[in-house]
Amino acid sequence: MSVSVPKDKLFVGFIRTENSVALPPPTPATGAGAWVRANLFSSVSNTILTLISVALIYLLLSQLLPFAVFDATFTGQDRTACLASATRPEPGACWSFISTFINYFIYGSYPVELRWRVNLVYVLFFMSMIWVLWVNAPKRTWGAVAFFIVLPIISYVLLLGAPSIGLEKVTTERLGGMVVTFIVAIVGIVVSLPLGVLLALGRRSNLPIIKVFCVVFIEFVRGVPLITVLFAANFMLPLFLPPDWNPDRLLRALVAVVLFSAAYMAEVVRAGLQALPKGQYEGANAMGLSYWQSMRLIILPQALKATLPNIVNSNVALFKDTTLVSTVGIFDFVNTLQASFKNPDWATPVTSTTGWLFAAAFYFICCYSMSTYARTIETRLAIADKR
Amino acid sequence: MAIAELEEKPKISPLYDPKIRAFFYQFVMISLVGYGLYAAYTNAVTGLSRQGVVTSLGFWDSVAGFPISFRLIDFTELSSYGTAFWVGLINTLVVSVFGIFFATVLGFIVGIALLSKNWLISKIAYWYVQIIRNIPLLILLILLADIMHHLPNASDIKVSNAGIYLTNQGLFTPRPVFENGSGSIFYAFIAGLAGFIGYYYWAKNRQVKTGQQSPVGLLFVGLVILLPITAYFASGMPISLAYPVKTRFSFQGDATLQVEFVAALLGLVFYTAAFIAEVVRAGITSVSKGQTEAAGALGLSSGQNLRLVVVPQAFRVILPPLTNQYLNLIKNSSLASVIAFPELVQVFAGTVLNQTNQAIPVMGITMLVYLTISLVTSLLMNVFNQRMALRER
Repeated sequence: MSVSVPKDKLFVGFIRTENSVALPPPTPATGAGAWVRANLFSSVSNTILTLISVALIYLLLSQLLPFAVFDATFTGQDRTACLASATRPEPGACWSFISTFINYFIYGSYPVELRWRVNLVYVLFFMSMIWVLWVNAPKRTWGAVAFFIVLPIISYVLLLGAPSIGLEKVTTERLGGMVVTFIVAIVGIVVSLPLGVLLALGRRSNLPIIKVFCVVFIEFVRGVPLITVLFAANFMLPLFLPPDWNPDRLLRALVAVVLFSAAYMAEVVRAGLQALPKGQYEGANAMGLSYWQSMRLIILPQALKATLPNIVNSNVALFKDTTLVSTVGIFDFVNTLQASFKNPDWATPVTSTTGWLFAAAFYFICCYSMSTYARTIETRLAIADKR
Repeated sequence: MAIAELEEKPKISPLYDPKIRAFFYQFVMISLVGYGLYAAYTNAVTGLSRQGVVTSLGFWDSVAGFPISFRLIDFTELSSYGTAFWVGLINTLVVSVFGIFFATVLGFIVGIALLSKNWLISKIAYWYVQIIRNIPLLILLILLADIMHHLPNASDIKVSNAGIYLTNQGLFTPRPVFENGSGSIFYAFIAGLAGFIGYYYWAKNRQVKTGQQSPVGLLFVGLVILLPITAYFASGMPISLAYPVKTRFSFQGDATLQVEFVAALLGLVFYTAAFIAEVVRAGITSVSKGQTEAAGALGLSSGQNLRLVVVPQAFRVILPPLTNQYLNLIKNSSLASVIAFPELVQVFAGTVLNQTNQAIPVMGITMLVYLTISLVTSLLMNVFNQRMALRER
């Protein structure tokens, strides 16, 4: 019995006769879409985090932008421009107030016809600072001399005047605003760095009495807030000094700031000294160098270079701390702001908020540039130290 | 001959003898410091006697005569300067303790966010840290206080049923009034908590020994939450709420959360959290990547990895700089005096000093208090640090 099998059924294999549906192209691994997927929406939790951040940014900007930009007043001769009106029920920042008072903030009540002296000090200050901080600048040692020795002397003469060379005398009460802020900062930096180095060396000294003195001083100052040191200097320094010395308010505050930041600087320098390999000390001894020679020629140049980022960061902290001198009646930038709020021509509900936002921006720009510099130096040093 | 020459003691000029030099330097140091202290002392004695000021602590018990808005112990205008000191000190401690708690929480969140794979989160955290770290705390505090003083006036606020009002004096909320019998609720809570803690340790012990788990969460709800609620109803609902009563210009009594306190706390928390975030970031990056990879290989989720593997190891690196930040926060709380929060510096080194004119004892006591707090905190953290340290064989 034969079974006839159709010829086409004989073939058991299977061959597809038509094309399958094309797969979608693979998701691109490059480009904006891929970046967003990888960095913002890679998983459910990631997506939630992204949404939370967007909400946070929106909350912040929806408060800040209308106040600082959209509803703000940029021009105006007096307070009326910054008050609420029918077209603008909730007025924003009163920037015209800042532009009116900007000279007061920069120069304080320094005599107008003598402001060129302040300008000259500002220019010299920035030039010598760039000389010291710019790593590739020529003759940086001379830059340091200019910043730490020449600049303070010239500034002192220019700001307070010297009748003998034809510069009219100006009392310290006339100094104010950012001039005072910078004076406190510069005096703090210029004096506290050498003092800090001495304290750090003293703390690591073999002489027990000097060591104990330095440890007690550093730990005491670091244990109390700056504001109490300022108060103490303000109230007690005149008592402890001979009555005919009678230091003025600015000098008292400067002493407090210098002593305070010297203690912190000492710890920064000490960290640099400790990080130096012991061989450097032994090498210097083996060369027959005296203590001061070895410190000056071998140890300190290396230790200070390694710890430069921390020194700059410590100076950022010092610059921020200068705001505290306003609490003992020094007319620094903070106090000129506060005084300008009392001007009846500009008394509006938004004046003070505008002023403090401006102050925050000013301090942020100064400090942020310094900390950015510190970070750049840090990366440079890290590359240099790589073997 | 040559050897004999070498064996002779070399002749050193006394000028170059290290012992004599050391003695000389230290002698100079002691005389300078001693003379400075002596001169300061005699100047102070003569100066004070000329001004007719007798330095003493006699003012401690006299009537202060000024009010303090934020206080945790009784203080009226008839209280003494001594009581004012304690009010100020307690306020400093209160704002510091709350500040440390919230700054730690926010700092850890921001620090972990700095390392997040989510681009937006890490950028927000980065700019938060950069902005806050580069603005003086004083400006931050004043700005926060200024914004809060621009909240609506209490007299402009309409009375609502919820009884919660946000004004430029602070947040007014209904307050609980404890009537007779409310003690039983408190005792029930304490008993429930004690029972739960006992059970928790028993359950943990059992899990370690036998591997069997116990319903800890269920018991928590039962003992710590349901038991006091039952006591509340059983004792006849003795707690009622006192809603803030509006007077013509404000509300009766002090705000539940006063503006100065909130501004001081927020400023300290935001500021310190930015520094703690950097500390946490540095600590977490110090844990080697192999640890994270091993945790992943064991099948731990990224949250478990962070909680059980990375943070415990990072903690050893984090702890010393974290202690420093805590100390900074305590010292920085003195800045709250600028925005009129009545802490130690504002009350004692401010008002009391101005009224009594006793600069030396007042400043001395104030500095001593901060010094003691700093030393005690670093002592405690050192002990804690030693317990946490890696046990190496």
